[in-house]
Amino acid sequence: MNAVALTEYYRSALAGRELPGAGLAWLSDRRSKAFAAFQGFPTTRDEDWKYTKVAAIEKRLFQFVPGMCIGLDEDDIEQYLIPGLDSYRLVFVNGQYMPMLSSKRSEQPQGFTVASLSLVLSEQPEAVESVLGTIADPSDNGFAALNSAEMADGACVILPAGQVADKPIQILYLTTAGGDDIVAQPRNLFIAGDNAQATIFETYASMGDSTYLTNAVTEVSLGANAGLNHYKCQTESGKSYHVSMTQVDQARDSRFNSHLVSLGAMLARHDLNSVFNGEGGECVLDGLYVTDGRQHCDIHSRVDHVQPHCRSDEKFKGVLGGRSRAVFNGKVYVHVDAQKTDASQHNANLLLSKDAEIDTKPQLEIYADDVKCAHGATVGQLDETAVFYLRSRGLDNEAARSLLTYAFVGEMVDRIPLAEYQQVVRGHVLARLPGGDMIRALM
Amino acid sequence: MLQVKDLKVSIDGKEILKGISLDVKPGEVHAIMGPNGSGKSTLSHVLTGREGYDVTSGSVSYLGKDLLDMEPEERAREGIFLAFQYPVEIPGVNNMYFLKAAVNARRVHQGMEELDALDFMDSLKEKMALLKMDDSFLKRGVNEGFSGGEKKRNEILQMAMLEPKLALLDETDSGLDIDALQICSDGVNSLRNKERGFVVITHYQRLLDYIVPDFVHVLADGRIVKSGGKDLALELEEKGYGWIEGIDAA
Ligand SMILES: Nc1ncnc2c1ncn2[C@@H]1O[C@H](COP(=O)(O)OP(=O)(O)OP(=O)(O)O)[C@@H](O)[C@H]1O
Ligand SMILES: [Mg+2]
Repeated sequence: MNAVALTEYYRSALAGRELPGAGLAWLSDRRSKAFAAFQGFPTTRDEDWKYTKVAAIEKRLFQFVPGMCIGLDEDDIEQYLIPGLDSYRLVFVNGQYMPMLSSKRSEQPQGFTVASLSLVLSEQPEAVESVLGTIADPSDNGFAALNSAEMADGACVILPAGQVADKPIQILYLTTAGGDDIVAQPRNLFIAGDNAQATIFETYASMGDSTYLTNAVTEVSLGANAGLNHYKCQTESGKSYHVSMTQVDQARDSRFNSHLVSLGAMLARHDLNSVFNGEGGECVLDGLYVTDGRQHCDIHSRVDHVQPHCRSDEKFKGVLGGRSRAVFNGKVYVHVDAQKTDASQHNANLLLSKDAEIDTKPQLEIYADDVKCAHGATVGQLDETAVFYLRSRGLDNEAARSLLTYAFVGEMVDRIPLAEYQQVVRGHVLARLPGGDMIRALM
Repeated sequence: MLQVKDLKVSIDGKEILKGISLDVKPGEVHAIMGPNGSGKSTLSHVLTGREGYDVTSGSVSYLGKDLLDMEPEERAREGIFLAFQYPVEIPGVNNMYFLKAAVNARRVHQGMEELDALDFMDSLKEKMALLKMDDSFLKRGVNEGFSGGEKKRNEILQMAMLEPKLALLDETDSGLDIDALQICSDGVNSLRNKERGFVVITHYQRLLDYIVPDFVHVLADGRIVKSGGKDLALELEEKGYGWIEGIDAA
């Protein structure tokens, strides 16, 4: 479908919707500006989408499913939750907020907000007016534009200055087995005031193997000296498409610690961007991806060192099997005033098959002169000397290879400080590696 | 238990072993000495099944089976163990998990039950004490960041845990100070018995003061040029390899 027809299709799909906060002029204005920026989806002619073809997404007419009633209970979602984690919980199914599966109103946090965006838009729109739709730029790409044109629902966390969340916040985005051709567009907004602090988990998973599109945008606003630990785990159906953008605005001395796990989806694209708008900020971007079959995973990150004395540290590892393909593109921009920047960026890949392919490009652009920056990328295969060493001790060839593969990527699992979540991620990773069961039995 | 007959091996078309014959019987300790590049490690790699070597002629039989026909892991499970000259560092593979996997792979193959976690730990702790290794080692990656001496001790520990029938030690003594050498040799000697065979490859006669061999072979340029009893090592120490090669030429 050409861009004009596609635009028409989504225009009418959106027009038929009663969107939350429809009476808010500022919101309608931002939505329509975003839709105006929607000129279809990016093509491989766009430099940032050079290696990621989204023609398959363009071909399907994905549908919004407002008001669809979904009969799920606690038992159905149990397996997607982090075991043993006491948390505030928000659950979305097929893009719809599920109050019955989320924390009850009586269990709401004291002093801060953990709610669906739609609720916040109807009850306290002034709390998000200055931020919603102002951090992520809809004109960045068609997906961000389409998400911003809807901005209907998603997770909203608002911590006033000085507020430290007493429990982590766990957000579940699920798609049901019959959810073919759905587009779910979570719009998340996390606002931490000065000195506020929280830990947020975003989990994207499928309850079946349907073909659908998740198109998420997460905006994060961190006040002075605020801290956010952000964990995202994507294990969606192997037939689905996952496109997401996380855009962070960091005030002085704030800390953003991010850990991204991308394992599922036929095509996954993650944009992860942070801007240091004050001195002394810190941003850690850790992550891992495992792909197999014909999967495609694209990690694009950009850290803007606008102000001096900030530190960013990015490390991603990937394991690619089958005919899968991954893209890593990390940009670090050190602006002219950003003296004493400390930036490092690394991407390491392990190719398990001859037909797997990686395009990795860590990039540094430095316009300040007194900075410490390092970057690097590696692509390799299993070390045959190590394979032989393990086999010479009696491990069979397959076991030796899986042990070495897990050892490679396991480093990124071990970097997760929270044991309960580390366990979850380890399980997901092992489930996707050849011989994972054997390794699990060893541990 | 091990019969090597006229073994010829090439790497990339270059002949490295030029007809080796060796007969190791249960309980015997054979020492193989020889100058740098004479083919000692090549022999140990071919016996353990490493890829990249072409056996152009000869045969190796181990406990009545054709050894060269077996995969490396099969040889290991049948009781062959090689202490590497250069043990491999494997970051991220936990030492203890690795040892447990290795021990149980062999046990299952030999029709024994897998060791449970407690029995495994008991056995491991006992052997670690013998080799004076501290507990922190268990949590580390295989040989990851180990000193030269620690790596060699780790090889001996693996050997002690795997209880091989035939152990090949490739320069386990190289780079060890006298205390570490004593510890490693004690470890080896504690495993000596009537059934177990050893092939000890070394540069230095010094090791043979601690691990006293029954036979000494001199390997030079891919051939065993002289064999004898333990006194041969002393003679070599005194007169150098030139002496052998001199005799050979005469
Ligand atoms: N992978 C290889 N490719 C090419 N030549 C090799 C390879 N490995 C060994 N060689 C050659 O084979 C010969 C024998 O090497 P080997 O390592 O077996 O000797 P060594 O007796 O163990 O020596 P050292 O005492 O130094 O350990 C040497 O000439 C060496 O250069
Ligand atoms: Mg050698």
